[in-house]
Amino acid sequence: MQTFDVVIVGAGPAGMSAATEAADLGLRVALLDEQLSPGGQIYRGVNGVSAERAKLLGADYAYGKTLTSRLPRDGLAYFDGAVVWAIEDGFCISYTKDAKASVLNADRVVLATGAMERPMPIPGWTLPGVMTAGAGQILMKQSGIVAQNAVLVGTGPLLYLVAAQMIRFGAPPVALVETQTRSDLIRGARYAGGAMRGWRYLRKGLALLAEIKRAGVPRHRAATGIQVEGTDRAEAVRFHADGAEHRIVCDTVFLHHGVVPNTQAARALRVPHFWDDAQACFVPNVDSWGMADVEGLFIAGDGAGIGGAKSAELAGRITALRVAELAGKLAVADRDRKAAPLQAASQTDRAVRPFLNAAYPPYTGALTPDDATIICRCEEITAGDIRRFAKLGCEGPNQTKAFGRVGMGPCQGRYCGLSVTMLLAEAHARTPDDIGYYRIRPPLKPVTLGELAAMSAPDLEGEV
Amino acid sequence: MKPVSPFLETGTAPQVTIQFDGAPMTVPQGSNLAAALLAAGIRTFRQSPVSGAPRAPHCMMGVCFECLVDIDGVSRQACMVDVSEGLVVNRLAKAEDPDADL
Repeated sequence: MQTFDVVIVGAGPAGMSAATEAADLGLRVALLDEQLSPGGQIYRGVNGVSAERAKLLGADYAYGKTLTSRLPRDGLAYFDGAVVWAIEDGFCISYTKDAKASVLNADRVVLATGAMERPMPIPGWTLPGVMTAGAGQILMKQSGIVAQNAVLVGTGPLLYLVAAQMIRFGAPPVALVETQTRSDLIRGARYAGGAMRGWRYLRKGLALLAEIKRAGVPRHRAATGIQVEGTDRAEAVRFHADGAEHRIVCDTVFLHHGVVPNTQAARALRVPHFWDDAQACFVPNVDSWGMADVEGLFIAGDGAGIGGAKSAELAGRITALRVAELAGKLAVADRDRKAAPLQAASQTDRAVRPFLNAAYPPYTGALTPDDATIICRCEEITAGDIRRFAKLGCEGPNQTKAFGRVGMGPCQGRYCGLSVTMLLAEAHARTPDDIGYYRIRPPLKPVTLGELAAMSAPDLEGEV
Repeated sequence: MKPVSPFLETGTAPQVTIQFDGAPMTVPQGSNLAAALLAAGIRTFRQSPVSGAPRAPHCMMGVCFECLVDIDGVSRQACMVDVSEGLVVNRLAKAEDPDADL
């Protein structure tokens, strides 16, 4: 069995920068990523992208190549297409690659599993043709395909970026249906000071809005009552805005109302999480180095709370410094000296967050949806079902499994977890912290008997 | 006949042939399977094992499991697979429990 000083899970900005920094500090590093090429979702497919496509997607995306190009180096073993399905204390990291399960040993683990888009349960969101805005962007980045007759629905900067990228790809969206209100923007204005420190992001946002306007894409704001219509696929988006009912015919609907930490692996390792009101999601409890309350475990990047790609890259390096110090490769004074500029840069980069959180809050209609809306896509459990379970005495997310198999399908609760917590909190008039979250158990991703059978004998013997 | 796709392809990669539901399909070499199927006009990837409702890729990043397809008897996330010549892909029907091989 291979043994490393540190195993890093996820090759997005945080994982890549943590891995290169740690290797440069003399650690033996393994970087595991389930994608077949590095970059995470933000820089997905960046190594394979043509110069022409990179130009359409923008400089912030193309920058990902700077990070991926640093991966080949001494002391860094990068495992592509490696799906981690169990991390056990100690640490033993089980993963599948090329249809074969294997195990790595490491003194320390850095989870850099990033973010996922906040699920947006609205009526009709399970229909084919309804995707996340991030999915629409991934199709452009990795595959160069763009939806031709799409409506973007929700709120937040990513919506504008995807719209602008679609315009540059030659397929402007039919419309933007935005959920933020004028009073959200006014609330956001309170954080104008921070927003000004993050002026680069504001400038980028304004440029995107100008691009959308130039392309003549209509924007509807403060939309409510949003639903996707269709029988066996998305056919139209219906919503209420400006005192009128609207119906826009389309083939594809891209939903987005923010991103949330992907906490699955951290949960499985029993890392305590707390509810972050500003971001309306659970975040793991970590210190400023990304160190969790589990011996030897670190979380870097958006998985530790949403900060974006640049912050994630900085966080990866900051975490690597602490890991190297603990491994005896770096003196405390050197650690602090190296960390200071990174921490300062991180603070500046995150300055825009309070503004974004306030100005583009999640769509209320999808946080506590109507009774008929499906919450658990896998098991087709509705918001009404969850409320009914609550009335019958169901107090926590884990109990909903017994009441109705909620969260027990293939996605293992990734898509319904936050909604179930919020619905139960609403029904019982308790806080999300009080209600808690699903207990996540391995395997984190499906593993087949065939893959286990292909496990090599030394791996199976382990450290016995 | 190739169904009409709501997606526009901008790439010019060499093509390979895969089998989808028993029929040959040409797709860009090395492309993401879920993306390639969408570009080929495939709207429904599977039926929900609960109600039989049609489902298709939603997140494209390995989280939602809506793009599960059968590859060599194993249900896998199409958005996490790159295509290669001769790949045999089948849709999961309602009767077949997509959990069966997990």
